[in-house]
Amino acid sequence: MIMGGIPQEHYEPKTNAEKWIHSRLPIVGLALDFLAFPTPKNLNWMWVWGVMLTIFLVIQIVTGVVLAMHYTPHVDMAFASIEHIMRDVNGGWLLRYIHMNGASFFFIAVYAHIFRSLYYGSYKAPREVTWIIGVLILLLMMATAFMGYVLPWGQMSFWGATVITNLFSAIPFVGDAIVTWLWGGFAVDNATLQRFFSLHYMLPFLILGLTIVHIWAFHTTGNNNPTGVEVRRDSIEVTKRDTLPFHPYYTIKDLFAVVVFLILFAAFVFFMPNYLGHPDNYIEANPLATPAHIVPEWYFLPFYAILRAVTFDILFIDSKLGGVLAMFGSIIVLALAPWLDTSKVRSGRYRPKFRLAFYVLIVDFFVLMWVGGMPAEQPYVLISQIATAYWFAYFLIILPMLGVSEKPEPVPATIEEDFDREHPVKSAKGMGDAVATPAE
Amino acid sequence: MSTTTQDEGSRRDFLYVATGAVGAVTVGAAVWPLIDQMNPSASVLALATIDIDLTQLEQGQQITVKWRGKPVFVRYRTPAEIEAARNTPLSALPDRNARTGNNPSADASDENRALGENGEYVVMMGVCTHLGCVPLGEQGDFGGWFCPCHGSHYDTSGRIRKGPAPENLPIPELAFDGSTVTLLEQYKA
Amino acid sequence: MNAFRKTLLAAVSAIALAGAAGAAEVETVIKDVRFTFEGPFGQYDQAQLQRGFQIYNEVCAACHGMRYVAFRHLGAETGPFFPEEQVQAIAAQWEFPREDDPSEMRPGQPFDYFPTPEYFGDGVPPDLSLMAKARAGFHGPQGTGINQLFRGIGGPEYIYSLMTGYADTPECAIDNEPNGYYNKAFAVGAFPDSCIDEHGHRMVPGSWIAMPQQLYDDLVDYADGTPATEHQLAMDIASFLMWTAEPKMMERKEAGLRNIVWLVVLAVLLYFTNKRIWAPVKREDG
Repeated sequence: MIMGGIPQEHYEPKTNAEKWIHSRLPIVGLALDFLAFPTPKNLNWMWVWGVMLTIFLVIQIVTGVVLAMHYTPHVDMAFASIEHIMRDVNGGWLLRYIHMNGASFFFIAVYAHIFRSLYYGSYKAPREVTWIIGVLILLLMMATAFMGYVLPWGQMSFWGATVITNLFSAIPFVGDAIVTWLWGGFAVDNATLQRFFSLHYMLPFLILGLTIVHIWAFHTTGNNNPTGVEVRRDSIEVTKRDTLPFHPYYTIKDLFAVVVFLILFAAFVFFMPNYLGHPDNYIEANPLATPAHIVPEWYFLPFYAILRAVTFDILFIDSKLGGVLAMFGSIIVLALAPWLDTSKVRSGRYRPKFRLAFYVLIVDFFVLMWVGGMPAEQPYVLISQIATAYWFAYFLIILPMLGVSEKPEPVPATIEEDFDREHPVKSAKGMGDAVATPAE
Repeated sequence: MSTTTQDEGSRRDFLYVATGAVGAVTVGAAVWPLIDQMNPSASVLALATIDIDLTQLEQGQQITVKWRGKPVFVRYRTPAEIEAARNTPLSALPDRNARTGNNPSADASDENRALGENGEYVVMMGVCTHLGCVPLGEQGDFGGWFCPCHGSHYDTSGRIRKGPAPENLPIPELAFDGSTVTLLEQYKA
Repeated sequence: MNAFRKTLLAAVSAIALAGAAGAAEVETVIKDVRFTFEGPFGQYDQAQLQRGFQIYNEVCAACHGMRYVAFRHLGAETGPFFPEEQVQAIAAQWEFPREDDPSEMRPGQPFDYFPTPEYFGDGVPPDLSLMAKARAGFHGPQGTGINQLFRGIGGPEYIYSLMTGYADTPECAIDNEPNGYYNKAFAVGAFPDSCIDEHGHRMVPGSWIAMPQQLYDDLVDYADGTPATEHQLAMDIASFLMWTAEPKMMERKEAGLRNIVWLVVLAVLLYFTNKRIWAPVKREDG
């Protein structure tokens, strides 16, 4: 099998009909092997975000496809067509609010997913490819969300689009030409809106494709787990002592987490649908008047803060280009993490100093998020500069140095050992032994 | 021992079945808004009343007005056309129902379909009852309308006479005050 | 390790500094009045929406349009719920070009939308369809959005406060030429320079607005006998404009309660299913 890093009992067609289809298209085997994939049995609740993200990708694609049936990508009609959806389309308000808040919840899940990987060292060898594809997915998500936010053609849509596309003008020599090319004109206008609509519709399918590759990659290496210790692969029997089939153990566990998260999501969609948005986006775009405070959506704020933190020239790089480089750089350092982290121990659970640095990074992320929404004046500029410095220092200095200087705590030999310590065998009444071996 | 495990077994089955059932209903309920959004929106349902001023027409003239996205034929008929329509016996008609919104049970005599003191106006949907093409005026074997798609012939009253169409051209519910026709459709909030 | 501590210290002191700076901001005076539609169970008050429409019709409509609101919407059961004949009568107050001959006018029909009146004065009276969602009454503290979480975004409160926020020119601007009408709830108008202190902070809330005060006691006669005090008028128009901005709020909350209860049931079932599936593996009692 293609996804064959970990020994697993594979599907064998039994009846003639099964054999007939299996020899032509082994799709049943693919699906069943996928469901039975040996998954570490000690995964904790931070391992639910992948399934969560898949569900939210589906929610966004499905609601987006139906919203596109009513939306008009034209500067004269875009805003009105959204109001048409909100007022007259059957259930249109619901679909639109799901899509709008779905973007936010998608990002909550993706940030949780990323920080989980950072803490447990999921990005480290041999999972670098999974990780890099993940960073690509993050970039595509950002592009998709940004272009989607332009579509309602409100004031924030328009001015957000203007400011963000103008970032590219910082590129030396060809910047202005690139911006004109992005716009299809000399300002954000109808041509821009229409291409953003087209790309906003297309990119999610690219994300879906990359998601499949992402899953393929970690099915080849096997899942990471809270100990960072690899699943034993000596034989199917040995593997079974470290793992459980994905279904039903993790399908049900993940579904439970998804439904709990959906309850929170529903609270926003139904009771505070505009809380995460900005009132100015209920004013139709006016190319002649910029709103007093323009802020991106909350999920861009950390990176927006990094963009604005560079208020000084560095050698021949002026502050404008410097800000843009810092912003993109702050994501690129993520992709480099597998090589910047020199520690031999994978999981942060056994790395005391790393843990401290990691918790500071989380605080740092929230500080950046907060300061990104504040006006570009003191003391916020100073705060954003300190926070930006820490972001880069974490990846470029702390991760490489800690691997050398830190003395890790003892790591369990196997996943089974870790699991048994958490769920000890009960000796009382002789009951424990009977149920101690879950393998069927 | 065996009875307790059986009890546990059925309790477990019940839990699994209940979870599965509630989960299935959830997915089903989530699909409904995706289907319902394709039904006509409130604004489409509301755009449904229109006034047509018949005094702007001259005898022998036909205009086509768009109503609910479809053509409505409005014709001020010549005496010869009226006569041709009135002299046609019901027995010659494939569809003997008048197909009017105001009186759905009326027979297909021209008096039941035409408007005006002497029946000089006909107002009807310009949509062939076969497969929805727009018939051409003053054409066909009966001097009324002819559908070029599959060759349906309508007479000067808009009744089907020959060809694959099953019904007469339908007349929507309307109000007529002698000079203005109002096509009615209850608006919805 | 020292580096961490230094960074932490710097971050903490910077945050403390930010708090001090933010406290000096003078913004506007927004009164947190209580509307019937607040909270998860809050409902529009039908009679209030009808009174609010009366104010829009008799006062606001002279200058402000509502281009996304159709007359037919006024008949919505979860909105003002005007009877059909009344909707038709309201629509007929306006004229629209005929479909078959645009040079001729016909009376408005339920499917028409509130037109934008021609305005000959200074400035552009904004469209009111979405006003209650296009303004935030509450902010902060310190850019965290916590106030909006507990008090709501504050669009209708903003409208109420603007309507009742007209004030005499502040003392610090007494020598200035009036630049419109001073309003304590209006943030984005012209502001008297003499009211800005040496640190660049505004000393008084509000700014000049082009629109004069509109609502006075007994400005309209309410058919239902409600006393038309300035407070009542402002509450009614703010409620009506919340409805024009969010006409599906009742449907939304009703669907929300149903959905959340259902999802909680599903979550409980999944919780026990999950527990039971894992019990033998975790050596727990199923």
